[in-house]
Amino acid sequence: MTDTPIDEMTFEQAMAELERVVSQLEHGDVALEASITLYERGAQLKKRCETKLKEAEEKVAAITLDGQGTPTGTTPVDGL
Amino acid sequence: MSSWPLFLRVLSCANNKSKGKHMSDLIDDPRMGANEPEFSVTEISGAIKRIIEGEFSHVRIRGELGRVSFPRSGHVYLDIKDDKSVISAVIWKGVMARLTTRPEEGLEVVATGRITTFGGQSKYQLVIEDMKPAGMGALMAMLEKRKAALAAEGLFDPARKRKLPFLPEVIGVVTSPSGAVIRDILHRLRDRFPRKVLIWPVAVQGEKCSHEVAHAIEGFNALTPGGALPRPDVLIVARGGGSLEDLWGFNEERVARAAAASDIPLISAVGHETDTTLIDYASDVRAPTPTAAAEMAVPVRMELLARVNERGAVLSRSITAGLTYRGERLRDLARVLPRPDTLLDDPRQRLDRAADRLPNSLLHLVQKKRVDLSERAGSLRPSVLRARVISDQRHFGEQAARLGPSLGRLVTRKRDRLEQVIPRLRLEAVKRDLVQNRRNLDDLTRRMSAAGQAQIARLGDRLSALDRLNETLSYKATLDRGYAVVRADSGVITSSAQARDAGSLEIEFRDGRFKIGSAQTPAKKTQNTTPEQGSLF
Repeated sequence: MTDTPIDEMTFEQAMAELERVVSQLEHGDVALEASITLYERGAQLKKRCETKLKEAEEKVAAITLDGQGTPTGTTPVDGL
Repeated sequence: MSSWPLFLRVLSCANNKSKGKHMSDLIDDPRMGANEPEFSVTEISGAIKRIIEGEFSHVRIRGELGRVSFPRSGHVYLDIKDDKSVISAVIWKGVMARLTTRPEEGLEVVATGRITTFGGQSKYQLVIEDMKPAGMGALMAMLEKRKAALAAEGLFDPARKRKLPFLPEVIGVVTSPSGAVIRDILHRLRDRFPRKVLIWPVAVQGEKCSHEVAHAIEGFNALTPGGALPRPDVLIVARGGGSLEDLWGFNEERVARAAAASDIPLISAVGHETDTTLIDYASDVRAPTPTAAAEMAVPVRMELLARVNERGAVLSRSITAGLTYRGERLRDLARVLPRPDTLLDDPRQRLDRAADRLPNSLLHLVQKKRVDLSERAGSLRPSVLRARVISDQRHFGEQAARLGPSLGRLVTRKRDRLEQVIPRLRLEAVKRDLVQNRRNLDDLTRRMSAAGQAQIARLGDRLSALDRLNETLSYKATLDRGYAVVRADSGVITSSAQARDAGSLEIEFRDGRFKIGSAQTPAKKTQNTTPEQGSLF
């Protein structure tokens, strides 16, 4: 079990942890109390994964450069 | 060279111009050589400069690079040569910056530029404005060399390759902002997992390409996470297909180094699948096409959603199944668990039964014991004991009474036997035996002696009889009558043949023995020499 709070997990971490929790709950002889704790954690992890998947916003921007080639900002890119 | 007549023509023109001043001289004095104008060195140098620079203001020269030097000034001095000739060349600093080909000794190039002269040293040189490798072979040769050098540095080591993030938040794309490539990438990202995309616009071919691409990679890496511009989690360096020359910028050492040095995982997607440029070796992953690069950069969102939902379902199912199972198990166990009342019924009944039987059985036991006791106590009276004592006493008294007389009887019996024996034990009988025995002994001794005497006398008689017979029968008696016994060593001689063979003879007469022939010649010799003598005997 990782120490990272669920809200700070990347999708990959949360997904891996969810897999672990599910397989533990699925196969392990978990005590009732522990199984409920696991379930709650699994539910949070699933929510985290879904949240990360919902953040599927497309935002395309091009970097603007000054004369020396140093980035100065971005301009939105549309229509591609 | 076709330029030579031209050069001569121009030179003659110049000659004509200066001739103008001395036109009259030329006419007046047609002497060959006398009217040739005189140039100062500077004049002729200037003339040469004008002509050469005018005529060779734009030339393309193909040759192999000879010695190349890079002084601190930033200009580059080099020689271009073929098998017979050599021409000096210079690349000014400004030009050098935009050259796509770095001059290297041995590289076959096509250099474009102008010829200039340097009057101060009577020299000319090519000022290079552009230089390209001479054809594919030269390019490939140089590329291989560069690749080997970078590989030797470890720039392409698999250990250096970083793993791509599973789901990047921001994707940095280094490519041309217009064109099919960025569009392909964005389309594919949209299909799979829409993300934030930062495009760093660069020239993807031409002289500026390598510089801008390398700068873009370095620029993305220089962004700080959480800064005004979000730092990408993954970079894609992409370009569509093109000729080797078009893609050449991605073969430049600077680009490869920037890609290798990038802290952000980098996907290269340059050209078609068959084109492999140097950046592909230095990048963390090489994608065959820009579209493929987008696929590598992000997972498919819908698949992930499906996976998350599926796992969520398994999670719910597992917890539900766990609870259901426990519930069922609880009910099952509860069913077989008896009520406390019924659990106690049987023991309680047993207790009751036992309690009922307890007083009766106690009484019964006491009665039984009492009967037992009375049975035994009944026979236990003093008279019985007394009778027994009396009986024992009587028996004892009888025995004691018999004890004294029986001892007296025994003694008397023994004494009687003793007394019977004593009278028989008398000395006279012994003495009588003794005298009788001695008489017997004397008698026997006497008889034995008489018998011995008689025996000896009888044997003496018999012996003398036998001796007499012996004397009568012995040959010795015959000796008295004139007979003799002849002996040899071997024994008695009974034939003349034995006598002849014997060496010596002994003749026994009545009164003694007489030896003959013992000291004489051996018997054989005697036989041979005196055969007749034998008859004397």
